[in-house]
Amino acid sequence: MFKWLDPYAKPETLYRLCGLWFPWLMTAAFISLLIGMVWGLAFTPADYQQGDSYRIIHIHVPAAIWSMGAYSSMAIAALIALVWQVKAAQWAIGAIAPIGAVFTVIALFTGAAWGKPMWGTWWVWDARLTSELILLFLYLGVIALSGAFADRQTGAKASALLALVGVVNLPIIHFSVEWWNTLHQGATITKFAKPSIDASMLWPLLISILAFGLWLAALTCLRLKTAILQNEQHRPWVRQLVSSSLKSSVIKEG
Amino acid sequence: MNPRRKQRLMAVSAILLLLSGAVGAMLYALQENVDLFYTPTQLLEGFGKDKIKPVPGQRLRIGGMVVPGSVKRDESTLKVSFDLVDTGPIVTVHYEGILPDLFREGQGIVAQGTLLDATNIEATEVLAKHDEEYMPPEVAEAMKGIKHVPPAKTYPGKTYPATSAPVAPAAAEVQQ
Repeated sequence: MFKWLDPYAKPETLYRLCGLWFPWLMTAAFISLLIGMVWGLAFTPADYQQGDSYRIIHIHVPAAIWSMGAYSSMAIAALIALVWQVKAAQWAIGAIAPIGAVFTVIALFTGAAWGKPMWGTWWVWDARLTSELILLFLYLGVIALSGAFADRQTGAKASALLALVGVVNLPIIHFSVEWWNTLHQGATITKFAKPSIDASMLWPLLISILAFGLWLAALTCLRLKTAILQNEQHRPWVRQLVSSSLKSSVIKEG
Repeated sequence: MNPRRKQRLMAVSAILLLLSGAVGAMLYALQENVDLFYTPTQLLEGFGKDKIKPVPGQRLRIGGMVVPGSVKRDESTLKVSFDLVDTGPIVTVHYEGILPDLFREGQGIVAQGTLLDATNIEATEVLAKHDEEYMPPEVAEAMKGIKHVPPAKTYPGKTYPATSAPVAPAAAEVQQ
């Protein structure tokens, strides 16, 4: 069914692809991040209620969306790693987890910094905030579990399983503000209706969301490349790659 | 798909399905216990299937919309009292301290404190809730009739009601 995907699961091919995509993704991420941040943080009009404080939305929302997006991609990789036992998918879990964890920390931190002046508190144990904190713990669990076994294969399997079952938390995060009463407000743009944000504020926000997505993809490519090299270091193609790059570079050490 | 993969896929799906079921059942059992606050209606009519009413002396959170015109401030202290409403019943919150910037009449707030009697709460913390709508002041003025008053201009001396006066006409539209 997915036979056409098989060649891409080959570490060597994937390494080349990641190397090919990385500069483009990083450039696009940098440009869109620059546009989104400058436009959103400096040039959008202030909010009628919250004044300038609402501007943190341009960091908070993209980070929060991609903390969940990163988890979904990690869970898909985990499914592939568990069922099809594709090595590259297993490495992808380890590549994505720390990035997702950092995005979650950014979302939690900017949320707290936004909550203090607007709500009047840094933190409240409502369903949205708590479930997002659980997402951070899931990421940390996936990272910790992969290194917790003497046998690396067992660790990889255990962390893949945790990454997969953790998806249960994603709908809870998303619908928490609808299922229960919370201090956190409802969704502004991730709903099947007209966004409840003015167009002048929506566009920089969408660009920032795109930027964070590209950033996530670029960093994943970079980390996946490293993971492939680490895991395949004794393979001939890596040795060949290293010796050829050593010849062409002036760096003598490493 | 080869049989071993199929078997693994079945196992993984079964685990995922069982776990979602378990978590779903757990959240269903918790229901209102996950809620951050009581609404005035829940406070007065009881909440959940058993219509449990909180008892005086109980620590709880209450969330609702500040009834326009109900904010009473003490002249010489930070004491303030205001009414909260959701869909009908009204409860009164007593608080001493500084209210968050977003606190205004018609705004959704969440107060934490002790229940004094059926409709009175002595709050130790008042948090402001805001909705998911964001718009520039001009748009808000055109759409909702809300006149934006920059915070610096809203405190000429002690006349707090002046702050809420421009907001009041649209207060009914401000949802929590």
